[in-house]
Amino acid sequence: MNTSSTLALKNETKTVNFKKYLLRGCIAGLFLLPLVWMDLQTYLTLMVAGLSLGMLIFLIASGLTLIFGLMDVLNLAHAAFFAFGAYAGYSILNLLNPLGWVETGSFLQSIISLGLALLVAALVGGILGFITEKLVIKKVYGDHLMQILVTVGVSFVIVEILKIIWGVNDEVVPMPMGFSGSSIVFGVFIEHFRVVAIVIGLMVYAGLQLILKKTKIGIIVRAGVENQEIVQATGYNISLIFTLIFAAGAALAAVGGTMMGIFNQAVDPYMGDQFLIFALIVVIIGGMGSVTGSFVGAIIVGLAFNYFAYLAPKLALGVNFMIMAIILLIRPKGLFGKD
Amino acid sequence: MSDPILSLKNVHTHIEQHHILQGVSFDINPGGATILLGRNGAGKSTTLKTVMGLLPASNGSILFKGRGINKKKPYEIARMGMGFVPEDKAILATLTVEENFRLSMLNENEKSHENLEEVLDLFPALKKFWKTQAGLLSGGQKQMLAIARVLVCDHSLLLIDEPSKGLAPIVVEQLGESLIKIKDKTKVILVEQNFNLARQVGLDCFILDDGHVVYQGLMEELAKDKALMKNYLGI
Repeated sequence: MNTSSTLALKNETKTVNFKKYLLRGCIAGLFLLPLVWMDLQTYLTLMVAGLSLGMLIFLIASGLTLIFGLMDVLNLAHAAFFAFGAYAGYSILNLLNPLGWVETGSFLQSIISLGLALLVAALVGGILGFITEKLVIKKVYGDHLMQILVTVGVSFVIVEILKIIWGVNDEVVPMPMGFSGSSIVFGVFIEHFRVVAIVIGLMVYAGLQLILKKTKIGIIVRAGVENQEIVQATGYNISLIFTLIFAAGAALAAVGGTMMGIFNQAVDPYMGDQFLIFALIVVIIGGMGSVTGSFVGAIIVGLAFNYFAYLAPKLALGVNFMIMAIILLIRPKGLFGKD
Repeated sequence: MSDPILSLKNVHTHIEQHHILQGVSFDINPGGATILLGRNGAGKSTTLKTVMGLLPASNGSILFKGRGINKKKPYEIARMGMGFVPEDKAILATLTVEENFRLSMLNENEKSHENLEEVLDLFPALKKFWKTQAGLLSGGQKQMLAIARVLVCDHSLLLIDEPSKGLAPIVVEQLGESLIKIKDKTKVILVEQNFNLARQVGLDCFILDDGHVVYQGLMEELAKDKALMKNYLGI
């Protein structure tokens, strides 16, 4: 690379980076704006609520980032994986509850029962994703219209199976004792399970970043998404890798479902539908295929929803579409999308 | 005479409705570099992709080190010891130079790290850009990386598709020097339009035309046959 072209490339990169960071700075600044209309305690209470909602949305969006963002598969069955995971987690908590491990258990028993519920949900979601990819998705790679059609079909099938196993009615999900209740810290009202949601969201984010950026499997995944031919010719079974990514995405949706089920203390067969919209907004705001983008996008969506629900409740649902439209107008590839 | 490392017998390949390879047969012996020549559309890249398993052969047999590989997947063929450098600076642009090399090390062990050191001695410019995203490299550096990343594995056969395409003459010269060093260690099948580079690197050659092998022989003999060169290569 000669010196002049290197300098031109560096200058161009600097300009793009400046615009990117300016936009991110403006968005961060906007979230201080609600302080004009409310006191600090209310602001912080809503912030904790917004962050926890954001982390719950991130759990479902992170799976969608892998499947839609990285693999470019328009998977409308993601909501069904979410719901199936929620029911799987509910079943485990329901099983442990009569043993005194959930609603009346100690803090340690609460951690174990939540851990088991999440583990089983992830396993069930992963198996469901594995089967779906092998039977259906494998045949429709690269064809978005077919992906929409077949994944809507898969979604119907999964929800019907779910109804056969657990019934059509809503079910009440027991909340582990250790995470129920709330505290007031420096005047800020904090529900305990919201803190758990934030911690688990952060753990999933850190885990995904670590795997994708620092491990060999992460390199293979990123390479496979970019150029399958090279990765195959290098000696990796790309077909198996894609099946595993899809299964991991479905497992994350199922974990998100269990967390949302406990958070709402209820599950129903169609609970995934409303969150699929949120997750799609988050993936698009953040930039396709960017885990950090989804993480930041989920926080933006969670916070915006909570602040607007307090200040202008009628706008709460629509505000995220507005944010998505504004961000896409300024950066069509999303906040963290590759230029 | 040793057994051929690669043997194609009556290989046919179709891409959609087009019949590209129409009965290609040749034997490639171990050692040195063999050049595949031919005009655009003659079937050179298709031959390499068919051998690598990236395009299915509709008929015929392909033997690599005496074993049939027709039905094998590309990753299985790669694991048998065949390396492939596709055309158009085939690197992983979103990965760093380091990550491109790590990807190529199927098993990261002492041997692969030794190979890496040797490869970096062959392409020292890549060391400077170790943590740089590969997509930001110049055309020549990308091509060096595309070839270098394949060398970290102990392949017994390397398929290299048009490495000089779109490169400046000075870079092509450097590339030629590197290819000469590579073919001394590993058998290379090189598809190349640049006749001077091909002559510099290869000892023997095949000419493909319309999906058939129309000539096989030594590069030096081909260079003397002006009529053949004009007919099949347009030189």
